[in-house]
Amino acid sequence: MTRTTPANDSAAEPTNRRALRSQARGEQSRLLALSLPAFILVGTLVLLPMGWLFWLSVYGSDGFTLENYTRLLHPAYKETLITTFELAFLVTGLCILLGYPLSYVASQLSPRWASLVMLCVLFPFWTSLLVRTYAWLVLLQRRGVINTWLMDMGLIDTPLKLVHNFTGTTIGMVHIMLPFLVLPLYASMKTIDFDLMKAASNLGASPTRAFWEIYVPLTLPGLGAGVILVFVLSLGFYVTPALLGGGRVMMWAMQIERSMAVYGDWGAASALGVVLLVMTLGILWLLGRLTGAFAGAGGR
Amino acid sequence: MHDASSDTGPAFAGPGDASAASAQDHSLPISVKSLVKSYGAFRALDDVSIDIRSGEFMTLLGPSGSGKTTLLMVLAGFVRPDSGSVTFGDKEILLLPPHKRDIGMVFQNYALFPHMTVAENLAYPLKLRRVGKAEIRERVERALDLVQLGGLGHRDIQELSGGQRQRVALARAIIFEPRILLMDEPLSALDKNLREQMQFEVRRLHEQLGITTVYVTHDQREALTMSDRIAVINDGRIQQVDGPRALYEKPETYFVANFIGETFSLPVEVAGDSVTLFGQPIETGAPLAHGDKNQSLILRPEILHMFEGDPDPGMNRLSGKVRQHVFQGDSVVTYVTVEGERELAVRRQHRSDETELAPGSDIQLGWLVQDTVILPEGDGSS
Repeated sequence: MTRTTPANDSAAEPTNRRALRSQARGEQSRLLALSLPAFILVGTLVLLPMGWLFWLSVYGSDGFTLENYTRLLHPAYKETLITTFELAFLVTGLCILLGYPLSYVASQLSPRWASLVMLCVLFPFWTSLLVRTYAWLVLLQRRGVINTWLMDMGLIDTPLKLVHNFTGTTIGMVHIMLPFLVLPLYASMKTIDFDLMKAASNLGASPTRAFWEIYVPLTLPGLGAGVILVFVLSLGFYVTPALLGGGRVMMWAMQIERSMAVYGDWGAASALGVVLLVMTLGILWLLGRLTGAFAGAGGR
Repeated sequence: MHDASSDTGPAFAGPGDASAASAQDHSLPISVKSLVKSYGAFRALDDVSIDIRSGEFMTLLGPSGSGKTTLLMVLAGFVRPDSGSVTFGDKEILLLPPHKRDIGMVFQNYALFPHMTVAENLAYPLKLRRVGKAEIRERVERALDLVQLGGLGHRDIQELSGGQRQRVALARAIIFEPRILLMDEPLSALDKNLREQMQFEVRRLHEQLGITTVYVTHDQREALTMSDRIAVINDGRIQQVDGPRALYEKPETYFVANFIGETFSLPVEVAGDSVTLFGQPIETGAPLAHGDKNQSLILRPEILHMFEGDPDPGMNRLSGKVRQHVFQGDSVVTYVTVEGERELAVRRQHRSDETELAPGSDIQLGWLVQDTVILPEGDGSS
């Protein structure tokens, strides 16, 4: 039998196959074109400078060198590193302690009250970071609002040292970081079906056990996202520790600034930057794996 | 349906004691007295009293907002009533928090814990009761077999189909051997075929376990096919508690008559024991329950018969005109106009050897005296 009839032709080349294929290819290339500007932006403004940063940290006037990194073994840097991590852990911990109950209450309120609470949480978020930091300075300083009140009420005789130290820095940073924790946490709490708590209770779980065994595990993905944001942002924080720490709280970011502004040592600054970046990525990876494991179990 | 004694008996009793007596041990009677719950001016439960027997399958049936779910939630402990009493056996439980009531419950949306596997969901109530690890494993496996999910213990909840989730929810509700099981419209999310299959399974499980079951639904067919008794609820009040058949054939209130089955009503005049329909006297099988002058005659499509001549003796009768026939496969529904304006439906088996009367033909309708139900519209409840 010869292959001349139209039916046989279409068996060799199924109807519209070529046209449908080129349509699919066209769609793909249009999607690529849409995302191209963003790729270029990220490439030129993020990847390129980061490569340059890395290059600066290993290439001095005498060519390739690891001198910038070996210098970081100095005790002063070690101390800064410890302070930075201490502060980041403390701020994250306090944010969880304050933010979890707050998010829980907000998630249980009627929509009208919930939006009011969230507005209160977000309002500082829309104010300049610098303004908020100076506001804390006014509140916390030796003759500031808080110390004056406490002394007027006769609770203390001498002003408390609330600012220009670790305490002041912590207070200011917790205030600034709180929304970053509350927002994702609140979102994840809103999605929890309250029948699950009823079911736990029906099966014999006391309110306490139901909270820890059912509610908390289901909020872990949101909590994880908030913790990552707060912790990573805290690691690289500059403005608030610089102002509220009064030079006594040395953060990693401040070392970078000093290397550049005071010593004009771009190599050292770059090395500090690379170290911070690598550590942050490492912690992100670790937290991602931890909360990812939770998210995998708790995601819905 | 299975015969309970031919089955393995209570699922969690050891082998060998599959007697009716042990089924009794696995259930408790429920007694609800004068329960009131208001939300502002709205009375969700308006002086509700009901006794549910040990081992009974009781369905709470009513339209949405009738109070049936509120009643179930009071039993479970999730709604605090204003006043009243609820006893399980001889124990007052109204003041106990939900986690101390020891009752199984299947939620409408299943409420399975998404961060636990199927087996962990089932093990949770046992863990809370400090059951040993080996025993937990054994009981989880048995419960999975019971709901025909053997071997799926390691699955995540997200991997299950709707019907499978339903089975897990059921297994979790009975694994800790509660003596009362509550079910809140558990099958409403399933498609029709699966729903019918699950109705059968729930019923089979009930017969196997002998557990007192309170089942909430708005689906009358589901209620009629599954229940030992049905409590029809409307406006926060119990309208009637009866077996499915009695409820269908002898409704006690106008609401029950209209809510269950397809119903047409015609106005009748009552004077003492004599009843007149459009000026013609009709017979009633039993004395009337209410003495009101204006009442309604309740007619269902399947109790009516059509005659071209006179109806059989011993039947009440009514003349009308054929308006339209509707073919529904297994049956044919004929719409008949009576007294010029009112319409009734007559259902009969479809038979290919019958010819249909042409629309417009005069016709006589007849129904048995014992099928005559006459009720006042106001229900007697103000």
